[in-house]
Amino acid sequence: MSAAAWWQLLVLVALIGASTPLLGRYLARVFGDSGAPGDRVFGPVERLVYRAGGIDPASEQPWPVYARALLAFSAVSVVVLYGLFRLQGVLPFNPTGVAGQRPALSFNSAVSFVTNTNWQNYAGESGASQLVQMTGLAVQNFLSAAVGLAVAVALIRGLVRRRSATIGNFWVDLVRAVTRVLLPLAFVAALVFASQGVVQNLHGFRPVRTVEGTTQQIPGGPVASQEAIKELGTNGGGFYNANSAHPFENPNPITNLLQLWLILSIPFALTFTFGRMADDRRQGWVVFAAMFVLWAGSSVLAMQLESGANPKLTPAGVSQAASSSQPAGSMEGKEVRFGPATSGLYAATTTGTSNGAVIAAHDSFSPAGGAVPLANMMLGEVSPGGVGAGLYGMLVFALLAVFIAGLMVGRTPELLGKKIQGAEMKLVVLYILAVPVAVLGLAGTSILLHSATSSIANPGPHGLSEVVYAFTSAGNNNGSAFAGLSGNTDWYGTTLAVAMLIGRYLLIVPVLAIAGSLARKQPAPATAGTLPTGTPLFGGLLVGVVLIVVGLTYFPVLALGPIVEQLGR
Amino acid sequence: MRRQIAASLGVLALLTVLAGLAYPLLTTAVAQTAFRARAEGSLVRRGGRVVGSSLLAQPFSSPRYFHPRPSAAGDGYDATASGASNLGPTNPKLAAQVAERARAYRAENGLAPGTAVPVDAVTTSASGLDPGISVANARLQARRVAAARGLPVARVLQLVRAHTTGRPFGILGEEAVDVLDLNLALDAMR
Repeated sequence: MSAAAWWQLLVLVALIGASTPLLGRYLARVFGDSGAPGDRVFGPVERLVYRAGGIDPASEQPWPVYARALLAFSAVSVVVLYGLFRLQGVLPFNPTGVAGQRPALSFNSAVSFVTNTNWQNYAGESGASQLVQMTGLAVQNFLSAAVGLAVAVALIRGLVRRRSATIGNFWVDLVRAVTRVLLPLAFVAALVFASQGVVQNLHGFRPVRTVEGTTQQIPGGPVASQEAIKELGTNGGGFYNANSAHPFENPNPITNLLQLWLILSIPFALTFTFGRMADDRRQGWVVFAAMFVLWAGSSVLAMQLESGANPKLTPAGVSQAASSSQPAGSMEGKEVRFGPATSGLYAATTTGTSNGAVIAAHDSFSPAGGAVPLANMMLGEVSPGGVGAGLYGMLVFALLAVFIAGLMVGRTPELLGKKIQGAEMKLVVLYILAVPVAVLGLAGTSILLHSATSSIANPGPHGLSEVVYAFTSAGNNNGSAFAGLSGNTDWYGTTLAVAMLIGRYLLIVPVLAIAGSLARKQPAPATAGTLPTGTPLFGGLLVGVVLIVVGLTYFPVLALGPIVEQLGR
Repeated sequence: MRRQIAASLGVLALLTVLAGLAYPLLTTAVAQTAFRARAEGSLVRRGGRVVGSSLLAQPFSSPRYFHPRPSAAGDGYDATASGASNLGPTNPKLAAQVAERARAYRAENGLAPGTAVPVDAVTTSASGLDPGISVANARLQARRVAAARGLPVARVLQLVRAHTTGRPFGILGEEAVDVLDLNLALDAMR
């Protein structure tokens, strides 16, 4: 790995270090109880939305109402998006002449975008009209991220409120996330993208006669606006099939750096928001550090592994070593302007969050290099995780960590003074088990079905990795793929959608229940026997819990897939 | 629950207008005003006629031109079907394809058997539309292009350097030679 690659990583780290307190403080004000900057600008727009929904923004909701509102909103979103996909052929704003998607595909696509997964069983160029891209997919890119933010904020309120029956108002959290956080940031980022060559127009394909006289269809579309929220909202669904590897989505290393920062910005900033709302900055930084260690570690690992040569290509007399005129590493499924090291960094970043956009074909990564994004997703995407989802995921792990520590020393576990008891721990266990059970169950079943194994593209252990990657990606709401697998079948279309629903709502509802239960409690004063959770020791414990508890669940399947492939090559 | 569904419909409708229409259309308006050429797809012209986008690879087979990387987009360089081969690292098909392409590359460029071929020249990109090739790849093709055009090799290499985009700020990404721009510059030479 070159010195430049290390410097690029350091620049990204510096950007995150600078934006985390700034953005985190702003988020704390947006979701806090007193006024926020820009009330005069955003207030009138928000009141319009509340009026349309018949919502009283001043009223607060207990957790079951909060959860019901969230589930109703998500269900309505799925139905509307399903309808858009089915009907796109006859709806206006369809310059590329895209036909309606089949039912199983529409269901998969609709669930995928509403759950912030953005797994795509269709190719953007031929599977989605521009009307759907704008009013369906871009809208859900905003809304699914806003839902994640709302849940994270609700959990923070649960931890910091005393004897409170309510955890906020879902509608207010949702709307403010869109108007005050996502829309302004996305607008600025979209213009930067457009200035760098990301297309932003309303054309379909435009035929041109190339230099050698063949015909090439130049694609168009409102791509820059979609790209910005795709990354900022950790969504990851590409406008085009090649996603962020497409030169019209990500034309140069500058747009690429902006994408990396957009993906990481809100998830890391939320740790600061947490510390601020809890009035305990150290607590926020400990969560930040745990996420950071996992993200930076996996990034360096993927960068190093992808900078290594593929020994299978050596006999052909192919040069994969670094020189002054080419970078080190295999280039199958990679773009020259990014190269292997940057592709590794992006892969770790897109899977440590719930993003799932790609600048390289993960399926063609080295076996060990491809195991990094897979393992990142398996850890539950908490490094630093999706918008909102990363923070609430890490806080659930923190509850588990204080519980384990409490067992070791024989005291009632506490977090921010709130006693963690049986009710909360049952919910934590549900949260932690739901995804592995769904992922391993469905992947295992697929391996037994001939109709499902016939979708596999690559032979040997790599084929198993393709199937496991698909369900891991769906279950953790990531959306990236070992894309050789033909996922557009009734079996995968339906089961992957089920995995996405489990990975989203079977986690969100327990989190809201935990928030409701903790909000009612009176914090206990700290004593000599309290485990301090704002310390490096606790940060280390947290990382250990993530790696051991979750990592070990998946170790056997990793051994059968990427590990045996790496050892046998 | 009925109240929540009614609220959902109202909120979704308003936020769709805001994030699904106002936002992309306003972005389009500003981008088309401020960065029109870029927003339209960085189209390049020759003699007034659009011949492609400087960001998208297009097929070149004549020895007079530099060739882009192999493409897995559709039947090759199909911008309606971007994508990668998705061949796994240990898939024998990948090794076979690469070996075949390396043989063809050496024959085409008059290189001795066994000459090391830059890996980007014999592998497909992630998009199938990668507009760039490595400097190593361009240097090996320069002799062939120079011979086909009756130009001194040094002159062609000079042009390669002029159409190499370095790492932004010296550290981001990797440097790349822009194939279409370079080929048009060759044609423009008199």
